[in-house]
Amino acid sequence: MKKNSRKKIAVLIIMAFMLAIVAGCGGEAKDTGDKAGDKAEMINVGINVELSGGVASYGTNAKDGALLAIEQINASGGVLGMQLNPVVKDCKSTADEAMSISAALVGENIVAQIGPLTSGDVAGSTPIMMDNKIPLIAPAATASNVTVDDKTGKTNEYIFRVCFIDPFQGTLMAQFAADNLKAKNAVIYADTSTDYGKGLAEYFKKTFGEKGGTIVGEEGYVKDDRDFRATLTKIKGMNPDFIYVPGYYQEVAPLIKQARELGITVPIGGGDGWDSPDMVSVAGNEALNNTYFTNHYSSQDTDPNIVKFVEAYKAKYNKEPDAFAALGYDAIQLMVQGLKDAQAADPVKLAAALAKIKDFEGITGKMSIDEKHNPVKAGVIIEFKDGAQVMNTRIQP
Amino acid sequence: MLEFIQQLVNGLSLGAIYALIALGYTMVYGIIKLINFAHGDIMMVGGFVGFFSLTVFKTNIVVAMIAAMLTCAILGILIEKVAYRPLRNSTRIAALITAIGVSFFLEYVTIFLLGPSQRVFPDTAFPIKAYNIAGLSILNKDVFVVVSAVVLMLILQYIIKWTKTGKAMRAVSLDQEAAVLMGISVDKTISITFAIGSALAAAAGVMYGVYYSTVNPLMGIIPGLKAFVAAVLGGIGIIPGAMVGGFVMGLLETMVSGYGNSLYRDAVAFGVLILILLIKPTGLFGRDTGEKV
Repeated sequence: MKKNSRKKIAVLIIMAFMLAIVAGCGGEAKDTGDKAGDKAEMINVGINVELSGGVASYGTNAKDGALLAIEQINASGGVLGMQLNPVVKDCKSTADEAMSISAALVGENIVAQIGPLTSGDVAGSTPIMMDNKIPLIAPAATASNVTVDDKTGKTNEYIFRVCFIDPFQGTLMAQFAADNLKAKNAVIYADTSTDYGKGLAEYFKKTFGEKGGTIVGEEGYVKDDRDFRATLTKIKGMNPDFIYVPGYYQEVAPLIKQARELGITVPIGGGDGWDSPDMVSVAGNEALNNTYFTNHYSSQDTDPNIVKFVEAYKAKYNKEPDAFAALGYDAIQLMVQGLKDAQAADPVKLAAALAKIKDFEGITGKMSIDEKHNPVKAGVIIEFKDGAQVMNTRIQP
Repeated sequence: MLEFIQQLVNGLSLGAIYALIALGYTMVYGIIKLINFAHGDIMMVGGFVGFFSLTVFKTNIVVAMIAAMLTCAILGILIEKVAYRPLRNSTRIAALITAIGVSFFLEYVTIFLLGPSQRVFPDTAFPIKAYNIAGLSILNKDVFVVVSAVVLMLILQYIIKWTKTGKAMRAVSLDQEAAVLMGISVDKTISITFAIGSALAAAAGVMYGVYYSTVNPLMGIIPGLKAFVAAVLGGIGIIPGAMVGGFVMGLLETMVSGYGNSLYRDAVAFGVLILILLIKPTGLFGRDTGEKV
């Protein structure tokens, strides 16, 4: 008797589940049906971004940037005579959700997917896009293995990005140090406990050497270090004219403070790991003078295209566009360029065209897609001036 | 030569912070033979109390330090009552594992309550002055930590050698049962030991915050471990030993970073621990027999 009633409950639960699934399917089918019916002359663009969860602000801003681009393109007549139709979905900042959203988007006949933002979420979405041969354009995934298969070393045919990879910032800073600051002897003091720090240091070393500079010393620290004076004293004895400190702000801020306390006055440079208000509150305005870091974009840029973008974005959303907004905007523009080159709203042809893009003018700089689907593009140098982040210059590789 | 003297200054001020933390470590060990792995985290709590005292109640640094020391003294007594006292007659490994548990408890309760991000110590709390003597850079905070480490060590030594409480502590350390027979309240003596040890950790926490400008919930782990090595190096349970051990550790790390490879620093620090345990487990100041603390 008891067994029987348990069975009944189990059957009931299963039926309830099935009902829910069927109901869910029905709803979605109806949804797509409407879209396909009403908007036959539309190109569907999937926007799979983090609108909730840990990095909700990244996704929200990138989506806003992307929607602004789509609005502008549609207003000026669309692409190939058709209007772009964004299909926005939230991947909740998880890789699993990114994957199921991609699967849903594939069902909506998208020509390409924009997003997700973090490298981990892009990795979740990658297998679906590869299987269905639809290009994915990542706005801000900076890990080097996003566009390349780790096991085979082959480039993922349908995965692209509009941001430069992390280590490339080392190249940009080396150029800035050698050309703009006229540095000859540099010391690298890197966070050796992260791939980020090591990658930036490696690229810096290579480019700085090519520019005729000498690396007079290479030192390292690890995450959570707070005392850098011993190594800094040693570096002071090497008399460098530039110190490169690729790392994150938690360690870099006290490091710079201690360097200035020890009387090291030479310029210090780093990467976007420095970008935090804590830099100023820990190190202090004075210590941060004459320090520089690389970043994707600055809203203070006086380039006319950027000024126009910033104004349009502010008018639409009433907020300052950050790097994610600019990269989201560029992801759509890059896709449109690809569609124009391919002369067809076909995902496979679009992927082939994207891989060949050269000298595309984006908000975040002129870019060419290389054989690993990484853009070779400009970055900006941000300088700390009395506690404020000021754009110094744009560096073209 | 100038660089070498600068490295000495760097090493001494780093060593003073290790010494301050090691003092509390070694004292608790000396009395109840327990390596209190939560010591570094009590230091972290002290750092946060100091931080809130400075920012929320706008007190000056002295009041902040006293507030931190009082709070942590109470916290230390509570931890001993709740976590260690029920285990006093069980194996030492049980107490040691409990200490690790208390350490995690403090870390993650702090993360739960305050979030994992770092807080910035207001720089007005301790205005930094730099003295440049013939190219040598010495900061007032360097002098401050070295002097306070020495002063606190002297006070501690005085309490243990010359006061009645100190005498009770030494008696408990030597033989708990005999101490009870002599009319000493063991519970009370151990409570006082924890109160003093935790107050020292809190003082170190506030100084650490002042020195490195930030506090975060996991800041106690690495300094705690280094201070533990320092205490063992000097001879765990011996107060001047902790002081010397701290300074030796600070100087050693500085010299490795300054003249060797900065990446071998921690390897050398913990290598010293292994060497000491192999060659002279009682530490630099340890004797095989005789009284401890």
